[in-house]
Amino acid sequence: MQKNDVPQDNSSLKSKNFKELCYAVNEDGEYVTAKSSGWDPKTIALNNAIEDINERVAAAKIKVLANEVSPLVYYMELHKMDLGILASYVSMWKWRVKRHFKPNVFQKLSLKTLQKYADTFDVSIDQLKNINHEN
Amino acid sequence: MKIDFTHHQSAHCENGVVANLMRYNGFKISEPMVFGIGSGLMFCYIPFLKINHGPAITYRSMPGTIFNRFAKRVGVKIKREKFKNKQVAQQRLDENLNKNNPVGLQVGVYNLTYFPDEYRFHFNAHNLVVYGKEGDKYLISDPVMETVTELTEKELEKVRFAKGPLAPKGHIYYPINFPKQIQLEKAIVKGIKHTCNDMLAPVPIVGVKGIKTVAGLIRKWPKKKGVKVTNHYLGQIVRMQEEIGTGGGGFRYIYAAFLQESGKLLKNETLLELSKDMTLIGDLWRDFAVDASRIYKNRSAKEDAYNAIANQLDIIADKEKVLFKALKKAI
Repeated sequence: MQKNDVPQDNSSLKSKNFKELCYAVNEDGEYVTAKSSGWDPKTIALNNAIEDINERVAAAKIKVLANEVSPLVYYMELHKMDLGILASYVSMWKWRVKRHFKPNVFQKLSLKTLQKYADTFDVSIDQLKNINHEN
Repeated sequence: MKIDFTHHQSAHCENGVVANLMRYNGFKISEPMVFGIGSGLMFCYIPFLKINHGPAITYRSMPGTIFNRFAKRVGVKIKREKFKNKQVAQQRLDENLNKNNPVGLQVGVYNLTYFPDEYRFHFNAHNLVVYGKEGDKYLISDPVMETVTELTEKELEKVRFAKGPLAPKGHIYYPINFPKQIQLEKAIVKGIKHTCNDMLAPVPIVGVKGIKTVAGLIRKWPKKKGVKVTNHYLGQIVRMQEEIGTGGGGFRYIYAAFLQESGKLLKNETLLELSKDMTLIGDLWRDFAVDASRIYKNRSAKEDAYNAIANQLDIIADKEKVLFKALKKAI
């Protein structure tokens, strides 16, 4: 990559006002560092990933409201987690967390267990039980 | 207190932390040099493992290995500590800062408040340096950032004890023992040999063969998984390639810079030539990213488009094979 070709596209880096460093070749063929404000293909990939997460969150919300799954599923997707990561945050086996995804099991959870989930998602127990609180 | 630590921005976090720590201790070593000696360049497709509901592909060696290999090859000793207890973890960090010792930390990205929200995923192998504490605020030198930043005690604890794959467990590390003079020549040769062996490994998921495997997968995915999932996977591949802090063509350019620097140091003309070839390969990776992003941008792609980018990967694999074979002979 020539130094002049270092991409200066718009990206989410702008929101925090920083540029990233990359390596490129100058006119004499020497490697130098140059700053880049972002690159479209990368931004598109990132936006796609975020869109995908938003879709997952929306789908989870519908399922929670239809009482098909417990609110944990919604919060898990909202925090970009998957089953393994969530289980690791609350220090429980995956199968246990998965069981808590069932609404009737979730209803019977102890306060202690609920608090664990609430702490992980940084919400109160009320918010945890009722996802509409969030908005 | 505040340690007199100079922050330098780098393209990749681990190299950056190592280069900055070395510089603090009086050894001027560039980021590409750390990357090359530490044999950071790699390609690996990890089957069965899913990250963000997509395939796990890495373009660099396992987190931590760059520093370990680098240290071993130049004769530096590093001390590493992990913790179960959060208070002990903080105490140990404070002790080191009191002793005027800037410390490298492995942290999770998800709760790093100074990152743009879009970049905050559950990725646990980010590296930064803590170089001081003022009140309850830790002074942070994150090598991918342009300037230094701060995190409160609580924020730092959260990222140090992030959970999930590669959980940092409060991991801190710092060099404790240095040789009188650093001999780069031998270390460079070792680093290059290691990378060549990795990239040419006779394993279907590693190195050049790994790239071919992924090319094959891209051909299969549209039929097997459907267009939507395939596009998500492609996005994932590009994001891994262009992960924050590797900007465009990513590690291939850093490696090319390393080959150039080494070529001059060892007075080896072939390395200089190979550096140019590596740059061209980096450009090919970028072209691949551009074309892949075109596919998932307009979602109604023809099947041919997937074959086309798979072919691009095949070409890259062939070129890298030639390059690493030549590189192995050159040293």
